[in-house]
Amino acid sequence: MAEQTEFQTYTVNFGPQHPAAHGVLRLLLDLDGEVVVRADPHIGFLHRGTEKLLEHKSYLQGLPYFDRLDYMSMISEEHSWVLAVERMLGITPPERAQYIRVIFSELTRILNHLLFLAAHGLDVGAMTMFIYAFREREEIIDMYEAVSGARIHAAYFRPGGVAKDFPEGLAERIQGFVDSFPSKIDEYETLLTGNRIWKQRLVDIGVVSAAEALDMGFTGPMLRGSGVAWDLRKAEPYDAYDRLEFDIPVGKNGDSYDRYLVRVHELRQSTRIIQQCLQQMQPGPVRYEDYKISTPYRKEMKQGMESLIHHFKLFSEGFTVPAGEVYAATESPKGELGVYLISQGGNKPYRVKIRAAGFNHLQAVKRMALGHMLADVTTLVGSIDIVFGEIDR
Amino acid sequence: MTKDKLDHLEQLVASRFPDLERVRLADALILRLTPANLLATMGQLRDDPEFNFTQMMDLAGVHYPNRKQPLELVYQLLSVHKHHRLRVKVALEEGMPVPSVTPLWWCADWYEREAYEMFGILFSGHPDLRRLLTDYDFEGFPLRKDFPLNGLIEVRYDPTQGRVVRQPIQMVHPDREPYQANLS
Repeated sequence: MAEQTEFQTYTVNFGPQHPAAHGVLRLLLDLDGEVVVRADPHIGFLHRGTEKLLEHKSYLQGLPYFDRLDYMSMISEEHSWVLAVERMLGITPPERAQYIRVIFSELTRILNHLLFLAAHGLDVGAMTMFIYAFREREEIIDMYEAVSGARIHAAYFRPGGVAKDFPEGLAERIQGFVDSFPSKIDEYETLLTGNRIWKQRLVDIGVVSAAEALDMGFTGPMLRGSGVAWDLRKAEPYDAYDRLEFDIPVGKNGDSYDRYLVRVHELRQSTRIIQQCLQQMQPGPVRYEDYKISTPYRKEMKQGMESLIHHFKLFSEGFTVPAGEVYAATESPKGELGVYLISQGGNKPYRVKIRAAGFNHLQAVKRMALGHMLADVTTLVGSIDIVFGEIDR
Repeated sequence: MTKDKLDHLEQLVASRFPDLERVRLADALILRLTPANLLATMGQLRDDPEFNFTQMMDLAGVHYPNRKQPLELVYQLLSVHKHHRLRVKVALEEGMPVPSVTPLWWCADWYEREAYEMFGILFSGHPDLRRLLTDYDFEGFPLRKDFPLNGLIEVRYDPTQGRVVRQPIQMVHPDREPYQANLS
């Protein structure tokens, strides 16, 4: 009789309080030795019921909730919401506002990818990267503060434009930042790209083919890392993106290393986009000039009766949106951030569904982790760049 | 999506599915299906090279308490090859199961779990229909219009018992208005 050996798997509970879990991920892993045979992510520890809350808030009150979805790329989330509301109202923001929005969306992309590099580096043991990335993050957060007064949760975009024009000197500061930033990216790359340990930890970990990536609903750098050149900024241009030139970096092998490379190249492309915006934008209004929708200027409000009434109406009742539905998607740093908005004609949405990119990416850990070692799960979770605010909503 | 693309897609849908109801909006095309023809139609939408909807981007549940079919599922399909989007809607009666589309799109798994826990929509053939976002022992379907914004249960530390207790929620503000669903 042939000898039989029985292998028993055992279960490891990864998180919800684990420094490499990027927040509150509970990952149940069945291990055979050190190899993962089953992974089951449990989410929802940060569920705040944003979609339900939005049904009870006016369109303007709903905006700050989007900062709190993906709290590492705040302004990009606002972008989907304002586009959805604008499309329902049938309005287009003035040109300068479009450029300002693109500048801040791209600054946010840099902000997000820097955190990705920092946290991913820390996960696999490259501590220095964390300190380097936070140096530049600080500068961008200061720019957030300059336009909105808040360092993280800016609430800067508005349906029909942005809240305020740039304060004096900010355009020069952004110019200075984008001029010097490419050399900083070179610094990051000397630290990581050719680093032997970094490559040993990342190459061939979590390989996803293009067909699998589509099946698993990937978007953003995750999809591009698998070699599908799909970017909503090119495919469905919104705001000023159709007037700007930039390239879409794509990966070849679909592993964690390619996804890292794609994001580093996106940092360079974002710098390029901001350079062009600063050159192209002209002075002009930054709000949609209809005070039934956008806030009247402070100066007019102090003198004009009409403006005062509009201000009072806007901040008590809010504006009404005609009945209908829209799906507005933007290319947020993590992928497609969609807002499916249904209105039945009131001053509040009837239903809002937020399609978060990270939701699909985290779900895919179920498939991507299989056959990998326990230590590689950390790489995987790092490389998909998850933030629980948007996944749990 | 540009108007030309949308026109083209509408013609295509009209020629392949002449019997199905479709709605054309300014920036989108909606196809209405029933639980009976959902799986076959969705399969065709994915596999037909003219449609090539290889990605399911989103699945949203909606609750319309005053309708005869109070629940609705809204699928957002995307084709990155053909570069078009389609919205598919299925209206459901209370307790009526709808076939799961997980055999077609792997990522539908969590979306259907979410629609189940938020609206109580049942998916037949789903591999693992558990709650996803809410607490492990949560009861009720929070995104339905009759579910109060404040919830039904509150959790607090009881100093007399020395432990955390769960109890029906008590509003401490006597003047606060009772819950009203936003149906406008």
